[in-house]
Amino acid sequence: MIFTLAFRNLFHDRIRLAVTLVGILFSIVLVAVQLGLYLGASRMITANIDHADADLWIMPFGAKSFEDGGLLMGTRERHQALATPGVAQVTPLVVRFTEWRKPAGGSTRVVVVGTDAEDGAVKPLSLKTGTWEDIKAPDSIAVDETYLKDLGVDGIGDTAQIGPSRVKVGALTSGVRSFTQSPYVYTPLSRARSLVGAEGSDLATFHLVKVYPGQDVEQVRTNLLNRLEGAEVLTTGEFHQRSLRQWLFRTGAGVALIGGALLGILVGTVIVAQTLYSSTKDHINEFATLRALGSSSGYIHKVILTQAGLSAVIGYVLGMVLALLIVLASQSTPLPIVMTPQLAAGLFTVTVFMCAISAVSAIVKVTKIDPATVFSR
Amino acid sequence: MTRKKSAAPAAKENKPKPKPEPVLSATNIVKELGRGAGTVMALKGVDLRLVPGELTLLMGPSGSGKTTLLSILGCIMTPTSGELTVAGTKTAGLSPDELAVLRRDHIGFIFQSYNLFPTLSALENVRIALDVRGQKGYEAARRCEEVLREVGLGHRLRNFPGNLSGGEQQRVAVARAIVSSPSIVLADEPTAALDGENGNAVMELLARIAHEQGRSVLAVTHDPRTLPYADRVVRIEDGLIVGEERRPEGLDAPEITDLTKRRKAHA
Repeated sequence: MIFTLAFRNLFHDRIRLAVTLVGILFSIVLVAVQLGLYLGASRMITANIDHADADLWIMPFGAKSFEDGGLLMGTRERHQALATPGVAQVTPLVVRFTEWRKPAGGSTRVVVVGTDAEDGAVKPLSLKTGTWEDIKAPDSIAVDETYLKDLGVDGIGDTAQIGPSRVKVGALTSGVRSFTQSPYVYTPLSRARSLVGAEGSDLATFHLVKVYPGQDVEQVRTNLLNRLEGAEVLTTGEFHQRSLRQWLFRTGAGVALIGGALLGILVGTVIVAQTLYSSTKDHINEFATLRALGSSSGYIHKVILTQAGLSAVIGYVLGMVLALLIVLASQSTPLPIVMTPQLAAGLFTVTVFMCAISAVSAIVKVTKIDPATVFSR
Repeated sequence: MTRKKSAAPAAKENKPKPKPEPVLSATNIVKELGRGAGTVMALKGVDLRLVPGELTLLMGPSGSGKTTLLSILGCIMTPTSGELTVAGTKTAGLSPDELAVLRRDHIGFIFQSYNLFPTLSALENVRIALDVRGQKGYEAARRCEEVLREVGLGHRLRNFPGNLSGGEQQRVAVARAIVSSPSIVLADEPTAALDGENGNAVMELLARIAHEQGRSVLAVTHDPRTLPYADRVVRIEDGLIVGEERRPEGLDAPEITDLTKRRKAHA
């Protein structure tokens, strides 16, 4: 009967129910989009780090993120690292902002990622058209198909200019977006050096370290730190976190996204609380009758919580349908929204929690019911 | 106390019966409403006992304290002083939840405005009274149907209150009050919102509940049409019981046998 009463109370006033559901829906969509953007941005920021085959990253002091590695390091660090016990391989990687000149005029900033994929360093992710061999061809580079328009090219074979050098699109990646909105340009290491003005040198932004199997990564890091001066050594996880901190929190982007999500929860909570409260107020005589009939406070609280739960489930289903449509629509944009099973489950928990919190005001209201009011109707 | 005196003439005329134990006993009940200078003494020392198998009417003018007394007897309101015992349990010092349990286990309520749940059918309105007592499932449903048939609503089980007449709604309320077999049924103006025919039907039902099922029924009313159904009429004025009339056996209507002017005594 608790469920029946809660269900009927809820559906008795369809307009109020619609307002409640719109409130929850709005809240869920807002939270889903904000957190989905946050997840999407996080993935974009750390995708190259997470896909690199490295246990440790050597970088100049103060390197802020993958894209913002600071000054290029020479070969000294590489040789010192190679001589460190436990180190199996050290692979140089060049990452640098530079200017892309469009064939039809104008320019845009890009991030050149120079790597020798055979060495096991960062590989271009999700190659859709072409292979690494195509990228190794003279002047060849790989860019993501999402940015072709921004780069002023149409596809494979088109040429542009980076600095004084001509580059040709030799391969295309798919879904490799850049949080900075400066597209990644993947190219072999030596060509990358020339594109960033370090032609003929052995300079690198990062050295990616692989340790021997069974070696304690922390111990190897300590060994490296004892040898290297003016360089930092971070694990992949630490570098991942540092990059996230840089782009999401130091720039305020993440704070805005999380703030938006919190705002969504707040708005949803207020709307649901308001409608539950007014519904309870409308049915207050019925609750007083229940009390007069001898029901426990718990019984009445269950009715209200069931109403809140029903609102949560219905609102969640509707909200998720809309949120998934938005997620789908965002996939071809430079900032795709990500929806994961964990996020969906988290959203459900948030919705139920939000509705339960909303029920508090209604519960407080019924707690103060004077059953004697049943005689004064 | 008026009750003893009023019972005496009837006892002389009829063969003495063993006196049943009261299921509800109120002694020197005082109730103050409001605070400070605005305090109103709604009840000024009321004594009342309800016994099984009897339909008692509590009559009095507006503002005499009828509903306040009913609320206290139903453990909905607590008295300022005095002692109330329901089914052997003294109510003094019980928490609101403990009082709710006492209501649930021993008291059925019938309200002037029926107080049915508009979103529930007749059957569901009765079932909720068992549901709050933790009685669910097929047996509970069967019991509710049975009681609704007893009150003549076997054909209206699935109807919602909005589709029932006033009399039918009050019969649903009666069914809800008795479905858990309480020893006491308290009714607040049960016929006030009903026409003559429906009012009589409800009073007949209450009299049957008292006489055939052995429950103690107390109805607050100022409707003279209810008098023929009463075994006892208790009159209240200005927060005091001022008289009690008991129907001698064999008579259709209560005959005034005693009036104790408690108010004068207090003065």
